Amino acid sequence: MSLLEVNQVSKSFGTYKALDQVSLSVPKGSIFGLLGPNGAGKTTLIRIVNQITMPDQGTVYLDGQKLAPHHISDIGYLPEERGLYKSMKVGEQALYLAQLKGMSKSEAKAQLKMWFERLEIGHWWDKKIQELSKGMAQKIQFVVTVLHRPKLLIFDEPFSGFDPINAQIIQREILRLKDEGATVIFSTHRMESVEELCDHIALVHKSKKILDGNLTQIKRAHLSNRFKVGIQCESRDQVLKAIGEKFSISPTEFKSVYQGVQFSLQLSDQDTPNAALTELSRFGMVYHFVAEVPSANDLFVQTIAQNSTSEDS
Amino acid sequence: MKHLGLIITREYLNKIRNKSFVVMTFLSPLLMAALISIVAYLSSVNNDTLKDIKVLDNSGYFGHLFTDSDQLRFEVLPDMDLQQAKTLAEATSAYGLLYIPRVDSVAALKKGITFYSADTPALGVTVAIERLLQRQANALVLRENGIDDKAIEALYFNVSTQLETFAGQETSKLGSGLKLIFGGAAGYLLFMFIIIYGNMIMRSVIEEKTSRIIEVIISSVKPRALMLGKIFGTTLAGITQFAIWVIILGIFSIIATGVLGLEMGSGADLAQEAAQIGDQESQEIALAVAREIWQLPLTNLVVMFFLYFIGGYLLYASLYAAIGAAVDSETDTQQFLLPILMPLIIAVYVGVFTVIEDPHGTIAQVFSFIPLTSPVVMLMRIPFGVPLWQQIFSVVLLFTTFMGTVWFAAKIYRVGILMYGKKPSYKELIKWLKY
Repeated sequence: MSLLEVNQVSKSFGTYKALDQVSLSVPKGSIFGLLGPNGAGKTTLIRIVNQITMPDQGTVYLDGQKLAPHHISDIGYLPEERGLYKSMKVGEQALYLAQLKGMSKSEAKAQLKMWFERLEIGHWWDKKIQELSKGMAQKIQFVVTVLHRPKLLIFDEPFSGFDPINAQIIQREILRLKDEGATVIFSTHRMESVEELCDHIALVHKSKKILDGNLTQIKRAHLSNRFKVGIQCESRDQVLKAIGEKFSISPTEFKSVYQGVQFSLQLSDQDTPNAALTELSRFGMVYHFVAEVPSANDLFVQTIAQNSTSEDS
Repeated sequence: MKHLGLIITREYLNKIRNKSFVVMTFLSPLLMAALISIVAYLSSVNNDTLKDIKVLDNSGYFGHLFTDSDQLRFEVLPDMDLQQAKTLAEATSAYGLLYIPRVDSVAALKKGITFYSADTPALGVTVAIERLLQRQANALVLRENGIDDKAIEALYFNVSTQLETFAGQETSKLGSGLKLIFGGAAGYLLFMFIIIYGNMIMRSVIEEKTSRIIEVIISSVKPRALMLGKIFGTTLAGITQFAIWVIILGIFSIIATGVLGLEMGSGADLAQEAAQIGDQESQEIALAVAREIWQLPLTNLVVMFFLYFIGGYLLYASLYAAIGAAVDSETDTQQFLLPILMPLIIAVYVGVFTVIEDPHGTIAQVFSFIPLTSPVVMLMRIPFGVPLWQQIFSVVLLFTTFMGTVWFAAKIYRVGILMYGKKPSYKELIKWLKY
């Protein structure tokens, strides 16, 4: 069951095509990573979902309904270019923004108190934004985004401007919101957070979607029967030479307390890992034998590279 | 609709709580009063200086004519040569020396009369002297031709035309002056209001861009609602400020007249009779003024003032909002401001020069239909009586254009508020309309 369906959406600005027939499906209750290089069209797509920009073609469905103005209160959006009114007081400003999202004043006030207490920022209520540091203002901004308990949360680079401790707090809150039933779209260039948070990803490149799906499944599909191997032995060169005659190997490095040879092993489709392991164990103690799983970063770089070359050729 | 209310409230409260707004609200009337008193004082000082003028009349025709006035004091020099007179005038630091040469006949006076002075003399002085000389010269020529003095005396009288419309309504020059004041004040008020609060709207749009809050806001409300909310909120703040100004100025003028009245009251008993006559005269003038005001199309003026004020102000305000959205900082606004300031300035010039000259002439009529100039020009024309169909046509045109500008401004606004970085060209602005 998907909360957000993007169906064949295209958008041009003059002659520049920002989005070309992009379709996406964001499963309910998931954290969905929207990835892509700068200028790929992510922000345009996010703005279309937020009804800031209208698509030229295609439709967007939220919770099974065609996107309409009343959906504004179902979405919480933290844009990459963000800020607050500098000369307004924190509490007043948060109340205003919450009311714009359709909350009543008393409801917004109660929720705000709860959040301010949870993040231990209650004493900021009467301060002006210009008196706060950037990180503090970002915290307020986060609270304002999630305050009205939207079904769909869209975060564009949510961790920028935070120190590691506060980034941790925000990450914890995002996961808590997910547990409470929210669906999260998450756009970032920080692959380690994608790795930690995302269940699903979509990769947009040059206005087109080039990859999407469950992150684990994508990784499984990109397994290449390649292993990192470490064998404890005395005469390294001899061992490497002997193994090189039987298998295709390439040098690699990883940290280990053992002394010996380390290499990356590429198995052909006929070879099974178990047979290879038996074979290798004859050269010494195999202390390391790990399947190479592509990281989100590898997937990103590889897929973009493939698409760029296929386009060029 | 609920959003619009929220936005207007925020804009309004934010504006009137702003420190500089509060300071300006209470300081401006003080500054204004100070400025007016300084100008009044300076001009009175300027008028008070007596100008000493030496007259060397070698012709003997004019010497007896020169009588002193408030500003000019004449001294007719005894017969001496020009060089001596000049040295004398310079030595006594006189304002100037009027030299009339010896002539054979009056006709020879066409040229040769010279005014010597340290600097170029004030226009008022030369005009006054010339008028004096002209009248005497005319009289001399008439006398030479055998017209007797009585006839010459009878020649000079003032003709004053009575003004009356075909419908039988009496008007007067006083009335025309009042009409000008009413129309001019209305037009000028609108002009000032547009410039002051238009700029304020523009700045507040730019502020939302530079603080980067804009994307957060428009993920909750339509850009159009935000724009209209800004315009209405700022306008309400402006009206508040204006109302406070009017009240403060009112209090000032009451205090001022109170003080002046006291001064007058303390005058000597002897002066009282004269004052009573003066009172009667001023009462008559006041009555005439009241009558003239009564004769002005007051209802028409008031109704139209509000319509043009609203229409004209909103028209320009939406353009100011669009400019604010198109640029990143106030320094970039210059090239876009010029095209909207031009029609405003033209409107004021047309109003001041053409409408006074001929309130129903072609130029005045045309400019009172063009929507960008009609609010100012038509407001200046209305006291002189404008046919109803012209007024209706012009107002309809104004509000239709207003709808158009709001559409146009909203388009620019929608795209512009999300554009950062470079200043757009006009070509790009037109492209934005198609996004």
